[in-house]
Order: sequence, then C-alpha cells, then structure tokens
Amino acid sequence: MLIRLENVTKIYKVGVEKIHALDGIDLEVGENEYVAVMGPSGSGKSTLMNLLGCLDRATSGTYKLAGKDTTRMGAGAMARVRNQQIGFVFQSFELLPRVNALKNVELPLIYSRNGGWWYRRQQSRSVLGHVGLTDRAKHRPNQLSGGEKQRVAIARALVCKPSILLADEPTGNLESKTSDGILALFDQLYREGQTIILVTHEESVARHTKRIIRMRDGKIQSDEPTRKGGESC
Amino acid sequence: MLGLLKSPFTFLRLLVQGVWLALGQIWANKIRSTLTTIGIVIGVASVTAVIAAVTGLKTKVLDEFETFGTNKIYIHTDRPEKGPLRNAWHLLRFKPEHFDGLLEHCPSVECFTRMCGYSRSVIYGERSLEIVQVRGIDPHWHKIESRHVILGRPFSVIDDTHSRQVCLVTPTMRDKLLLDRDCVGQAIVIGRRSFRIVGMIEERVESAMFGGGGSQEEVFIPFNTAWKLHRPRAWAIANSKSPEVSEDARAELRFFFRKTRHLKPEDPDTFRLDVIEQFVQEFKKISLIMTAVAGGIVGISLLVGGVGIMNIMLVSVSERTREIGLRKAVGARPSAILLQFLIEAVILCLFGGLIGVAFGQIMTIGISNIPNAEFLEKASIPLWAVGLAFGFSALVGVFFGMFPAVKAAQLDPIDALRHE
Repeated sequence: MLIRLENVTKIYKVGVEKIHALDGIDLEVGENEYVAVMGPSGSGKSTLMNLLGCLDRATSGTYKLAGKDTTRMGAGAMARVRNQQIGFVFQSFELLPRVNALKNVELPLIYSRNGGWWYRRQQSRSVLGHVGLTDRAKHRPNQLSGGEKQRVAIARALVCKPSILLADEPTGNLESKTSDGILALFDQLYREGQTIILVTHEESVARHTKRIIRMRDGKIQSDEPTRKGGESC
Repeated sequence: MLGLLKSPFTFLRLLVQGVWLALGQIWANKIRSTLTTIGIVIGVASVTAVIAAVTGLKTKVLDEFETFGTNKIYIHTDRPEKGPLRNAWHLLRFKPEHFDGLLEHCPSVECFTRMCGYSRSVIYGERSLEIVQVRGIDPHWHKIESRHVILGRPFSVIDDTHSRQVCLVTPTMRDKLLLDRDCVGQAIVIGRRSFRIVGMIEERVESAMFGGGGSQEEVFIPFNTAWKLHRPRAWAIANSKSPEVSEDARAELRFFFRKTRHLKPEDPDTFRLDVIEQFVQEFKKISLIMTAVAGGIVGISLLVGGVGIMNIMLVSVSERTREIGLRKAVGARPSAILLQFLIEAVILCLFGGLIGVAFGQIMTIGISNIPNAEFLEKASIPLWAVGLAFGFSALVGVFFGMFPAVKAAQLDPIDALRHE
C-alpha cells in the first residue's frame, strides 16, 4: 500500500476549545489510484491533504507512506519526503512571479540531491513539454493564461517524479473550459500510471476520478468507487 | 545547516542559487536596497577614511624618523635619582677620553661622533651675528647626520689633535656674513677668536613634524678645539651598523660605559642611551592603538547600518511569506531557506561595503588635500583595511541577517501558504 493511515486524529487548539479537524481516520490508497476527496468546508479535507502531503503532523495515529512511518520524522526528513515523493498542485498556482515557466518548474530540483545543472534543465524541459507548454518555457507567469499557469504548476509538481500527486481544488480558479483541459491532463497522467488525489467540491470534477471519499466533521462518511455514467449523490 | 554540510554539492548549488536569487531580489527592489545600504556605506566609508588618515599620519611620522636616522643612538650623561652621585655632575660629565676604544668594544657600532656645543657671536668685517650655534664635532658627524661638505674639505685628524682654529659654515652663514661665494680660506671671528673657514656644509633639512630644531645659523669646529677652549657639556651620537642591530649596539654601549665608568653591578647607569628605533616602535604601537580606537568608534556606525539591514530583511521575509511556504512545500529544508535569506543580507551588506570603500577612497583623496595639514598628505587606504571593511560588512550581514533568516526558516509551510 502506498498510503496507509491508521486511526489518525488532528486536534487544533483555539483558545481553550479543542477542534477535532480529523477524528480517527483510517485510509488506504494504493498505487495508481485516482481519488477525489469531497466534503463541505470545515469537514477536514484540507487538513487531510496537509497530512498526506507531509506539510503537517498528526496529533495521534500513524501515517505510513510507501512503507515508511512519517510520524517520527524530523523537519529535514519531512522536507525530503515532500521533495521526492509528493507533488503539490494548489488552487492559486503559487508560481514565482519573477522567473519564467522553466525556472518555476525547476524549483523542486534545486532542493533535491539528484542530478546536475544539465539534468535539471533537461528534466524541466521534458516535463513542461509533457503538459503541452514547450513554447511557453520562457514566459513569465503574468504572460500566461490561468490554464497555462496551472499546467506549469502541474509540471513543477511532476518534475521530481513523485509517487503521489496532490491537488487542492486544482480547477477552483479556472473557468469551465480551461478546467476541462486540466482535468483531461489529470486523466492522461492517471493513465500513464500516476497516483492522484484531488480535493474538490465539484461533482463534475470528482466524476473524473475512480474513487470518491466523502468527509464530514473530521470523519470519513463514505468511500466508494465512482459510479460510471450516472450522477453520484 | 549540519545536514547541508554533509552534502557539499547541494550546499554549493544552494549557495550559487542563493546568490542569483539575492541579486535578482536586490535588482527588483533597487531603490529600497540602495536606501537600506546607506548605513553600511557611511559606516564603511568613515572607517576606511579614518584608517587611511591614521595610516597617512603614521607613514609621515615614520618618514620623519627615517630622516633622523633610525640607526642613531644618542649618548648623554644621566644623573641617578638617588645615591652619592646624585648631585655630582662634575664627576659624571663625559670627557673626550671616555670614548677611546669604543669601536673596538662595540662591534655593532659603525661609527660615532663626540659632540659639544655653545653659542657665541660671529663677526666678519662689519657684519656680526649674535647667538650662533657653535658645535664641536668629529669627522664621522657628516655620515651620521647625512650632512656633507659641499665645498672645501672636512676636518682632518690633525685639525682635531692639534685643536686648530678652523671651522665649517653653512650657506646661510656665508650669505648673512656677506662672505665670498667661495669662502674657503677666509677668516671669521667666533667669540673673539679667529677661525679659518676650511669648507662649507649642507643646510639642515627642515622637518615638518619636529620643526627645524634651531636656526640655520650654524658653525662647526673640531671637537677638541671646542673642548680645549670652553670645556662645554659633551655628548655623543653613535650609528649602529643597521636598524636591526641597534638593540645589540645599545647593549654593547651600555656594557662599555658601565665598565669605563667603573660602575658596580648594583649601581644605576650614569648615562642614557636613546635609540630612534625605540621611538619608532613606540610610535607604531601608538598608531596601532589609534587605528583600533578610531576604527572601533566609527565601526559603531556599521552596527547602525546593520540594524537597517535587519529591518529590511524582516520586511522582505514578510512580503515573501507565500514564496517561502511554496519553497518549503516543494522540499526546501529550513536550512536552505535560512541560507537563502542570509545570503541576501550578506550580499546587501557587501554592496554597501563596495560603495562605502569607493566613498572612503574619495574622502581619503579629500583628506590628503586639506591645506596646511601636511601630516595627512600621505593618507591612503591600506589593502588590509579594504579586506577588513568587506569582512566586517559580511559579518554584519550574517549577524543582523540571522534573525530574519531564522524567522523565515521557522515559518510553518501551511500558514505561510495561507498568508495574504
């Protein structure tokens, strides 16, 4: 199993009040799965994403990623896991405004230990080509459309060949036509063997995935395969 | 940081990347960066200018010492502060024979001259000069004082042993007494005795620092002549073979005089040996302290500049919180973020240092051209001061950049990404 969560809880303290953002989550995700996490705001789906992405630690329970327990890792080791195993795609792209698309894609490679200057350049170019932006490599983010920006962000997430691609509302800031293009890209990556977990509250987006996890009040409400052809309620 | 040091290539790559990022950042905020570095610029400029001024002063003074001759050892009688000889000047004063055999016993001494002097009026024909310095000298005096005979001849051994009434004059004396241009062979009256001029001697070199030390009206006669006539107070100047052996020469002289004056081991010295080299060393020490004190005081302004750097780095960190969050999310370790912001602070400071050294150079040129301040005309920034300025700037960058950098490194990636 690629991802295994066992009885994971996350408690935030706000003043004297304790908020159970995650309340005893058990979850397994295998290789090359295509999962959507859905739920109303405050249901804990963002907290779950942060945990899965090693940006945050669980209050209790264990999280094993590719067989390794991440619960007791130090900050440096966590950073390395984020670098090597996880690719993030954010709702608001989070591109560095002052450097061009290629440099943006290259960013994670700067913090990784493998490959020299030449490898970094080649790898970034090839991933950028893979998302269909070969001719936009020298453009800065403000010269790109929303869809192109998200493609650059996806290329950046993929450049270190991560085991999991985590996308938090990847189409939230895009109009529907552009969204379709991005989702088609996700579908293509899934077909190529990439494990993808995306957070969304749009059914139309979730329908692209193969498995839908619905959350409410920090608990998993339902976890079932996506129904093909029909609407899921 | 330790983790980074374990993988030097990653460290190097982050270093190079950090430098490029910092340059880009500074270029993107040109005006802000320039204003920020002004504190450092002023600090470095004043430190280098002060060091340049002190260095110029030192060079000037050492040059002055040089013209005095760093090989010289002055030999004077000295009265002990207590003991039976306390008031016995007549027993202690040097006599000509006290110096016999000095060169044989002091191998580090190249040559020496006995000296004595008094002032008398000098008359030639209708002209007369009151209070002229009359000095009794030995022939080696010319070498020790670097004032040579430019016309006629120096004193011979016979002039000395026979106490002949011959003299050497300076061009000033010749002009004031209205002597012939070639005055050799003419006779002048010194203190009611007639002396024949055998030669003319170079003028005294005026020293800006120590003043002329007397008038240009000088007459020189053989030591023995002066001694026989008036028995004035006598002293001597010895030249060591080189400045390096001047301490040896001093020790040999001390031994020699203690022996010839029959001093017992417990007796204090009844003479004094002053070495120019000793003043030179003393002065070098003083100038070092002056440099340190002046540089230190002005260096405080560097700290003020450093606070400015810290302030702007804090602003930079808070402006780029989201960027920091993203970098952490894609795998930057805290140490990598720390390094990036430290590099930026250091580069800002080094820029300030660079501009500061340039301004310091301009100020130094200004200082060296201040009218009526000859002792500063040799002001120049020594290379080590440039290095020090840069080193100190970098240090200020590390010191004041550390707090903002640590702040950036400790940011929580989730909070940072949520930051508006």
